[in-house]
Amino acid sequence: MAEALLTLQDILVQYGEVPILEVPSMAVHAGEVLAVIGPNGAGKSTLLRVMGLLEQPIRGRVTFQGQEVTRDNALTLRRRLASVFQEPLLLNASVYENAILGLKLRGLDRETARQRVRPWLERLGIAHLAERSARSLSGGEAQRTSLVRALALNPDLLLLDEPFSALDPPTREGLLLDLETVLRETKITTVFVTHERSEASILGDSVAVLIGGRFRQVGPSVEVFTQPVNEEVAQFVGVETTLSGVVEMATAGLACVRFNGGDALVVGDFRPGERVLLCLRPEDITLSPPGAEALRSSARNRLAGTVVKVTPWGTHFRVVVDCDGSRLVALITRPSFTDLGLAEAQPVVASFKATAVHVIRLR
Amino acid sequence: MELILEGVFTAFRLVFSGDADVWAITRLSLTVSGAATLIALILGIPLGIALAMTRFPGRAIVVALVNTGMGLPPVVVGLFISILLWRSGPLGFLNLIYTPAAMVIAQVVIAFPIVAGLTMAAFQTLNPKLRLQLLGIGASRPQLLWLLCKEAQLPLLAAVMAGFGGVISEVGSVLMVGGNIKGQTRVLTTATVLETSMGNFGIAIALGVILLTLAFGVNFILTRIQQREQIRWPRPS
Repeated sequence: MAEALLTLQDILVQYGEVPILEVPSMAVHAGEVLAVIGPNGAGKSTLLRVMGLLEQPIRGRVTFQGQEVTRDNALTLRRRLASVFQEPLLLNASVYENAILGLKLRGLDRETARQRVRPWLERLGIAHLAERSARSLSGGEAQRTSLVRALALNPDLLLLDEPFSALDPPTREGLLLDLETVLRETKITTVFVTHERSEASILGDSVAVLIGGRFRQVGPSVEVFTQPVNEEVAQFVGVETTLSGVVEMATAGLACVRFNGGDALVVGDFRPGERVLLCLRPEDITLSPPGAEALRSSARNRLAGTVVKVTPWGTHFRVVVDCDGSRLVALITRPSFTDLGLAEAQPVVASFKATAVHVIRLR
Repeated sequence: MELILEGVFTAFRLVFSGDADVWAITRLSLTVSGAATLIALILGIPLGIALAMTRFPGRAIVVALVNTGMGLPPVVVGLFISILLWRSGPLGFLNLIYTPAAMVIAQVVIAFPIVAGLTMAAFQTLNPKLRLQLLGIGASRPQLLWLLCKEAQLPLLAAVMAGFGGVISEVGSVLMVGGNIKGQTRVLTTATVLETSMGNFGIAIALGVILLTLAFGVNFILTRIQQREQIRWPRPS
């Protein structure tokens, strides 16, 4: 593992009696892009303020590049990192003046500042706006300016607090992809806070799930999304179906789990009698009419049920199926929705592959 | 109507003939009110910033006091400062009563809450998150304050104008603590009162015109500063 650039130890932030953030230990490693995801009010912004040396926790140690942060070195260390926030607040001056602000604050002369800022203005596509007043910018342009203001500092650590959440979808997508390119090419160590799973999986090498002020899971992005450690995390990373059951039979690498409403084959080494939680993502569940032969499908698990609710879901339909008391959520495309002619209270068969099931052991 | 025209002519004559008395009165008005405004700024701006940006026990009371102070009647100020500086009063040993210094003190008391209150309002118009964003790109505390002042410069200059406007035109307190002594503590407002009471409307109008011109001139300069676009950067620390 690369060296730890920033570490948090035994951190506690609380307002009044309410603990907002509790981090026993956490490290950000040089070169990684860490996405912190969690619901609103999970303490994500507080975490970023602590990491950005903008808020002092009531307890705990923060180290940056091996140095413990103290009152005396806070400004020096703070100047090696840069924070970007959800709402880009710019000074009442031109885009260019705003872009060089951080460099000016560090005492760079205008010429050096100009050379540092120019390439970034070009790269984020706002060079043509340089002389415009910052007050006349659209939300996307303002956020780009705010990113240039931070990137031009060549920070050792870049902290982004939901930088896209105030933007409309096309603007957000454009900026997200541009930023993805920048981060991949420059390898700037980045901590990125969001409540959007898609943003986390696009930008993040690692993902940390923060719920209720505590980290519930930290790991490589794919791992967190496909193998959540508990039900809370599972629900947050997009697992909509969770079925708790007991292992009935187990052979090497395969097990049969009995749950309320049926049984399912899953992959993994388990012992009979073990209590487990089966997790299924909605896109891994397919629906077919009852009675139709399951020949062309490789899905080994088939459950008969009734459609409870159908909701249009952008380009898809979200269908909730009740299988003898267990609720399954499936996401199906518009064409298959039309083919199936699904309606509420109609019988249907839900199927999924054994490999699509993520199993959490319950204690 | 004749009276006013006559007054305007008298004003021109007095100003352009370089009437020594009128010049002395005008200079003293500017000096006293200018000094009072300056001191009120030095005291009032930090208090206004502190009230806008920090939370402490008793803050609500201080804010209420400042807001009340913004409408302080000059005669009440004059009364209290007179009592304090009276020869037998608690600060009588300073021998300040009926001096320009006493007038400055009284005007500081009038202008200070105006400056503090408007500064507080100016800083409260700033987005509170701006502070974090400026620190987030490496501003030191002094740089942060400077940038916030620059950002609030329009309403801040309004505070300067209101403070100066409040004292240059005020008559009650300077009359009471200054005594309107010719050649010593006579200013434009007190001289206008005196000339009017003596029926010298021409001279009174002339003094009024000078006062208005003065107030206009100072505000014009401040407005020019306020409305210019240029941003100057703080010295890096």
